[in-house]
Amino acid sequence: MRFIEKFFKKYEHLFLEGGKFEKYHPAYQAMYTFMFVPDETTKRGAHIRDAVDLKRVMFTVVLALIPATIFGMWNVGYQYFQQAGGEFTNWDAFVYGFWKVIPLIIVSYAVGLGIEFYFSILRGHDVNEGYLVTGLLIPLIMPVTIPLWILAVSVAFAVIIGKEVFGGTGMNILNPALTARAFTFFAYPTFMSGNEVWIPKPENADAYSGETILGALGQGHQVAYTWKEMFFGMIPGSIGETSVLMILIGAALLLYTKVGSWRIMLSTLLGASLMAYIFNLWGANTLMQFPWWEHLLVGGFAFGLVFMATDPVTAAQTRRGKWIYGFLIGVFAILIRVFNPAYPEGMMLAILLMNVVAPTIDYYVVQANIKKRMKRFEKQMA
Amino acid sequence: MHKQVKISKGLDIKLKGKPQPKIMQAERSKKYAIRPVEFYGINPRLMVRPGDKIKAGEPVFYHKYDERIKFTSPVSGTVEDVIRGERRKILKIVIEADPKDEFKDFGIKNPNDLNREEVLEALLESGLFPVIKQRPYDVIAKPDDDPKAIFISAYDSAPLGVDYEFTLKDRLKDFQTGVDALKKLTSGNIYLILNNKIASKLEDTEGVEIIKAEGPHPIGNPSIHIERFEPITKGDRIWVVNPADVANIGAFFKTGIYNPEKVVALAGSMVKEPKYYKIKPGAYLKDFLSNKLKSGDKRIISGNVLTGSDIGKDLFLNFYDNEISVIPLGKKSTFMGWLPFFGPTRKSFYRFNLIPSRKEMDLNANLFGEERAFVMTDEYESVMPLDIYPVHLLKAALLGDVEKMEALGILEVAPEDFALLDYIGSSKIDTQELIRKGLDVMQVEMES
Repeated sequence: MRFIEKFFKKYEHLFLEGGKFEKYHPAYQAMYTFMFVPDETTKRGAHIRDAVDLKRVMFTVVLALIPATIFGMWNVGYQYFQQAGGEFTNWDAFVYGFWKVIPLIIVSYAVGLGIEFYFSILRGHDVNEGYLVTGLLIPLIMPVTIPLWILAVSVAFAVIIGKEVFGGTGMNILNPALTARAFTFFAYPTFMSGNEVWIPKPENADAYSGETILGALGQGHQVAYTWKEMFFGMIPGSIGETSVLMILIGAALLLYTKVGSWRIMLSTLLGASLMAYIFNLWGANTLMQFPWWEHLLVGGFAFGLVFMATDPVTAAQTRRGKWIYGFLIGVFAILIRVFNPAYPEGMMLAILLMNVVAPTIDYYVVQANIKKRMKRFEKQMA
Repeated sequence: MHKQVKISKGLDIKLKGKPQPKIMQAERSKKYAIRPVEFYGINPRLMVRPGDKIKAGEPVFYHKYDERIKFTSPVSGTVEDVIRGERRKILKIVIEADPKDEFKDFGIKNPNDLNREEVLEALLESGLFPVIKQRPYDVIAKPDDDPKAIFISAYDSAPLGVDYEFTLKDRLKDFQTGVDALKKLTSGNIYLILNNKIASKLEDTEGVEIIKAEGPHPIGNPSIHIERFEPITKGDRIWVVNPADVANIGAFFKTGIYNPEKVVALAGSMVKEPKYYKIKPGAYLKDFLSNKLKSGDKRIISGNVLTGSDIGKDLFLNFYDNEISVIPLGKKSTFMGWLPFFGPTRKSFYRFNLIPSRKEMDLNANLFGEERAFVMTDEYESVMPLDIYPVHLLKAALLGDVEKMEALGILEVAPEDFALLDYIGSSKIDTQELIRKGLDVMQVEMES
């Protein structure tokens, strides 16, 4: 690998101060540090450092997304061949889905990273690694039939308006991936909802039905899937969100590496279970009657809980705040699902809502800490 | 009944090169240095010139804003040089040591027979007063303050920490006399922090409140115990003294001479035989270290690996430190070193550790990444046992927002309490430095 490093070092001077491409240094730095963790040693502060950096943290999340991604590819093919009829193997399904999904991932990364690089060069900052995760999250929460140009526009919107205007990774208020989805949902609703977007439409389909479970429930229809299908994920939906099993594998990795907050995951689960259970007791319509534990298996709930709600930047930043934040996400996700069937994807809206509220939660948590200090001071003065 | 303190937040970092319980006499260095830069917030006024003869215990410089605070020579010898930096700032005063020490005689005294003023004067004259640090701000104490309490931590929980039970085992009487002297300086309590897991000989010390502490690092840091028993609010003064310095204070009263010799640990994976040495602060370490280290690039640190300072260029032992740590430098790049499960890993926040590992690690001084914005918000709280919100406090310190820093508890912390945050942070932010700057801003604001 030394020859790669030599190659980089050979051209480094062009990007340093006074070099021909001085202002492109962030781009050079991003490429070089992607290939090599630099030989920099500590100068101030603690002399020893953990070997973890943001690249590793972000890449751990990407790894956690891989099972859901691969399953999502297979499921796209599986759903398609189910509709098209005829015999097919699992491999056929995967290959079909692979070629449907890969272009989405490539467009998402190309557009998003392009914008990130542009802003880094503009600001003279290093390229932040946040988009490594966002770039994969965005295609996974889209319907597979979404036109590439809409994807590109929504990625651009999410990165520029959702993140860069606030100052880049670490400063954004809304989860960028959900910003992309919300933007698409409201700007191009016909491509984002309905019965025909979740599965590529076969040419010869007569009786085509590809509505999601939540969509069906919203219409008052009966659910045509068993809980096993919901859990394993052989149901229509956004690419990555269908298989709870694959999402749980990712969750296990996030929890093991402590990259994802177990406090948020657990409290979201509790909030949603409680809310759905209350609705079960009420039971006024099909959505309310839908068993509480099946609520946890369908739609974007599991995916949002594991990969979106736990986004450390947009979540509450204090431990106490995280409990409140997660619990309310769970409550609102079910609330929106049940009360507003026009937006069956309650999880997305619930997380975005709580993203906005999170700083306020933190404010009160921190304020309680400050008040304790003030009281002590007053007591001493008295 | 002793006081008990247990914490669960924190992290024990086990490193290779733990010092063996053996004490050797280090050879006398040819030269010694006193470095005003180590004494935070002190403006030095020189009292010697190159060529002057000086005895051990005679003043080298004093503090411009309080002339009583004197800094004295650890050895007798000739002032060789005064080295200055930018804007003629005094960096260090180098003293060429005589083959044998000649001590200034302060007279033998029993602190129990003295009043506060007399004890204070003895400490100020001998140059021992600067061993007393003050909270808030983590600076040298002010002689006129009556501190609410004095804390002595004999539990060094930092990686490769000094075993004070061992280094002080022959100095228990000195330690007691030192405590007696400190007792005169406060109307409050003196607290002594000990490791709960061992039976301590220091437990028999009279006139102190004993705190038995248990948990991961930073359990030995005084801040944790100050928060529990004597929480600092605006206007409070708490003093903190290292136990080895307490013993030196005791020895000073018993012998009447200033001899700051301490038992110092030479530790770390780059040391051939890690053990303890009797050595004086300010000693030039080049000859001392010459045959004791392994070959290879290394980082030589006065102090521990979390809070110490890099003395590779200078090689003078710092005034406050009881330890020299030597670790590999690690100046090399790693191909795709950020890959999870493939790149270098360490026991850290980013591992689910149900069973604490006994394996000792060989860590180097590589940064393993580049500085980034705060992202992983939970990591800091996991190693912060104090009742403060580190991210919020650090952001306030970054902005220099005095009111916010105070509200968020900056008066209760010292930079050392943030050392683990430096270690653990995936964003590679130098939090100790941010806190140091924050404390400086606070002090200027509150005391002007």
